Amino acid sequence: MQTDILIIGAGGAGLTSALIAHENGAKVTIITKEYPTRSQTSMAQGGINAVLDTTKDSIKAHIENSLKSAHGIADEKAIQFLCSKAPNAIEWLDSIGVCFSRTKDAKIAQRTLGGASAPRACYAQDYTGLKILHTLYDRVLQTDIEILNERYLLEIITENNKAIGAEVLNIRTGEIESYNAKSIIIATGGYSRIYDKHSTNSTASTGDGIAIALKAGARVSDMEFIQFHPTALKNSSILISESARGAGGYLLNSKGERFIDELLPRDEVARAIHREILKGEEVFLDIRHLGEQFIDEELPQERKLAKLYENIDPVHQLIPIKPVAHYTMGGIEVDDNSQTQVEGLYAVGECANHRVHGANRLGGNSLLELIVFGKQVGENSAKYAQNQTDFTDIKLSQKMIDININPTIDFYKIREELGELFYTDVSILRDKKSLQIALQKVDNFIKDIPNMGITDNSKIYNTNRIEFLEFINMLTLSRFVLIGALARDESRGAHFRVDIPQEKESFAKHTIINKEGVIQ
Amino acid sequence: MKITIQRETPTEFEVKGIEDITLLALLNTIKTTQDSSLTFASGCRSSVCGSCSMRVNGKEVLACSYKVQEGDFIEPLKNMPIIRDLVVNMDSAYEKNKKAKAWLSSITQTIPLTQENEKINELQSDCILCGSCYSACPVFSVNEDFLGPFSLTRIWKYVSDKRETDEKRMIDTIQTDGVWSCTLCNECTLICPQNISSKADIEKLRAKSSMAGYSDPSFNSFSGFGFDGSPVF
Repeated sequence: MQTDILIIGAGGAGLTSALIAHENGAKVTIITKEYPTRSQTSMAQGGINAVLDTTKDSIKAHIENSLKSAHGIADEKAIQFLCSKAPNAIEWLDSIGVCFSRTKDAKIAQRTLGGASAPRACYAQDYTGLKILHTLYDRVLQTDIEILNERYLLEIITENNKAIGAEVLNIRTGEIESYNAKSIIIATGGYSRIYDKHSTNSTASTGDGIAIALKAGARVSDMEFIQFHPTALKNSSILISESARGAGGYLLNSKGERFIDELLPRDEVARAIHREILKGEEVFLDIRHLGEQFIDEELPQERKLAKLYENIDPVHQLIPIKPVAHYTMGGIEVDDNSQTQVEGLYAVGECANHRVHGANRLGGNSLLELIVFGKQVGENSAKYAQNQTDFTDIKLSQKMIDININPTIDFYKIREELGELFYTDVSILRDKKSLQIALQKVDNFIKDIPNMGITDNSKIYNTNRIEFLEFINMLTLSRFVLIGALARDESRGAHFRVDIPQEKESFAKHTIINKEGVIQ
Repeated sequence: MKITIQRETPTEFEVKGIEDITLLALLNTIKTTQDSSLTFASGCRSSVCGSCSMRVNGKEVLACSYKVQEGDFIEPLKNMPIIRDLVVNMDSAYEKNKKAKAWLSSITQTIPLTQENEKINELQSDCILCGSCYSACPVFSVNEDFLGPFSLTRIWKYVSDKRETDEKRMIDTIQTDGVWSCTLCNECTLICPQNISSKADIEKLRAKSSMAGYSDPSFNSFSGFGFDGSPVF
């Protein structure tokens, strides 16, 4: 099969780049391991940042807030691009039919999220990501963009360091398919599921595209920066939105004492909660004083989820919470055009490192990143594809994926162990010794891969096989997270080393790692 | 706890020492500790991605928001081809959105919405495309070309949007295998995890259709056929 542009992943970033590449005359094919509307983007609640009223806010302030939150390692030019394109991104989303919440005077409503100097996050009730994602999907249906569901990326095929196609597993049939493309965009999302059950993310956030891009010759950067969301439900890691604190919710310990300003940036609040938990305290979110009417109007999802997963009603009871892995700042290293080290291979969204989040992402900037860089990469890849005169023939390896079918080690157990290991030792607070031990353990897991494998041999819709392949990708990325965390002998944003709690000027730089695991 | 899952044949599973958990958590436990071949879809665990819709004792639920009970009988969704165990192929169901042309007709930046405009279709835009309504709808057993509940709700969402500039285009599209094919049985409303009533949306679309000069085609047949379907001469 041949297409100008092959997009891997159909969340907000993938669909936006598809629409814009198509608008620029390219033939576009999207593959996704799920269906488009099931992507992680659907889970974003808070909002999408943009300065809409320059009498009350300014793009300069948006840039400053983002830079401050990034703790000195974001690219100012990239942030400038992100913030100055934001109003246009909202205008575009509005024009294609996104149902943003409105103010009484018929303007798009905005609310304040942590770290922002003004109400800047546009939202659609508590379903911002869902409504953006579904509207993008509807728009794609209006075009002749091809969407192929339930296809899993196995390999990016390159020739002379140029992307020419991809090998893909058709999950439904179990057959390997090959796609010839002039340009490829990776838009596969983050890797928070390394933390297994200690993550707010969808079970699909396994970092596949990042691991495969590495194999193809791309580099990764800043993998050690992982944002923990302060308030996930204690037993299930289900997210309780920041809007609960924004609306006036308190954080309490077992003694019923408040211990932190709840509206500080996420890294600081998460650390304060973590320290309470280490002291043996339980931590709760208290929104009882907001009243039943307010909770039902403004936080209905939160009430529903707390009842379902914790058997408590937040109108009358405290919500038990803990911080868990929520967003991965690092990803595939890209240039100003969002192109990787491999010619014709682009990356966009959470899987990429556009250098706008630095050491700690500002709430409301990730949905924005999907749209702004999605548009940019759609345009760039279309231009690139136009200049490619012909397809390069790909020689398929034709090998079936080699997986042990008589495993002696249960990878589901190792997957859980990996999650526990990361939640304990590669967490909100880190130190050199436990990071070293964690790296040794991960290396041992990797050595053991040949003894792991699958016990379901069906070709048809074999989720045992997919989960194993995802697990291998997560193991690969775990190593890169640890290499980055060990090399960064300082504390900065989400990366906090208790053995070196200061920020160091000499580390005001990105950690760039190649596929051999060598820091560049 | 014992539950039965409809695979190629109904298969009973027992998990000990577990209570008060979601069906999805139980399915994950079975898959990772008893039978790795058990096949189901899941994603967000928080009722927003629409992956884990299935039927329990004949009723559509999201496995992530249903507390599993002793003796439950779990089946895949109806009206879509089963791929394996609890996974169905939703391609042709989602194709209905394309067939219904459920999108804004033209892109314009000049139409501002008020709070009232926004509230009109706020509920309809909560749809997560889990396909529960598609499974519960009895019309598909007699007419597989029916656009179906979620596509018609999506049409209502765009028709009622003040930014829509060509209402007629949408109303024209839903006359065949659309609004008049619905029996108004309300099954879709009863099982929607987002509390959307496609039946109510379809009724509103019927009213719009009538205003546009369309009428229920089944009434027209009364001139040529008796109530029992026999020709009238």
